[in-house]
Order: sequence, then C-alpha cells, then structure tokens
Amino acid sequence: MILARVTGTVVSTQKHRKLEGAKLLLVQPLTLEDTPRGGELLAVDGAGAGVGEKVLIVLEGRSASDAIGKKAAPVDAAIVGIVDAVDLPS
Amino acid sequence: MQLGRVVGTVVLNNQNDTLTGVALLLVQPISSTREPVGRVIVAADSVGAGVGEHVFFVRGKEASFPFYPTEVPADAGIVGIVDHWDIG
Repeated sequence: MILARVTGTVVSTQKHRKLEGAKLLLVQPLTLEDTPRGGELLAVDGAGAGVGEKVLIVLEGRSASDAIGKKAAPVDAAIVGIVDAVDLPS
Repeated sequence: MQLGRVVGTVVLNNQNDTLTGVALLLVQPISSTREPVGRVIVAADSVGAGVGEHVFFVRGKEASFPFYPTEVPADAGIVGIVDHWDIG
C-alpha cells in the first residue's frame, strides 16, 4: 500500500458495469516527506475520501475490488483509508 | 488506474483465439493537465471507446475481467470513458 493525496475527481458515465456507483478520484502518490512521488493515479474510493485528504491506497486488483464491495471488478487501485497521522521515529 | 487518450487502433491477424473480437486501442497515458506521461500502450477496450476520447484504463490481470469468462491475454484494459475531471 502507498500514501497519496487526493487531487481531483473524475466523472465517467460510460464505464464497466462493475464500476457503476464507484467514486473515482485522482491521487498523487507521496513520499514519507509528503512530496509528490511519480505520476498521478486514478483510484476508486472505498473510504469516503475527498479532495485534499491524505489517503492509503491499495495497488492490487483483488484488494481494490474488495474495497468497493464488488467481486472481480476491473480495478487496480483503491482508497482504503484516510490518514490521520504517520509516525516515523528517526 | 490512469487517465489516457485514445490515439489509434491496432488490428491483428493470426491472433490468439481468446483475443478474437476484442478491440485493441493505442492509449497515451496523460496527467490531469493533459500532458503525455510515459509511452503509448496497447489496451483491450470493453466500453466502446474511440480515437480522440479521454478514457481510464486498468493495468494487470484485471484488464481481462470485462471479457469473463473468456480469459483474454491482456495486461491493460480501458474500463471507462471520461466525461470530465476536476482538480481541487
């Protein structure tokens, strides 16, 4: 799983039926220092996240599918939690 | 998943039987500012996307799920056509 920031929302009317009702969010993966790391991704929301929030993303199909309560949905990334704090003792 | 723009089509002959009837499209992954990101990929299409449209696609085994029970040998698949997106 990775940490990311929600940066935007995506609207898609014509999509696979297993994605109907799923909220699609643009997310920017982050380093532990909260700086952007790599390209943006599109994730389905399984945690009720909103733009600007820091979230936990699962990058695996079966788990992502489980996060939106669907079996075998064609997804590869899902938001599974909203991050309150990350503690990294040095 | 990632945002992308459909830039072309691919036609096969002598294809693997399980790819019969599957539309293959060339997709340029893009950022939310519409800049190209990385290389163009070939993706299996299950939503009827066309050249010039903005789409989102899934990578990995999940790309074949829309064609179930046929086990399509694909590693990228278009699963939605994007109407628009908003950056907060």
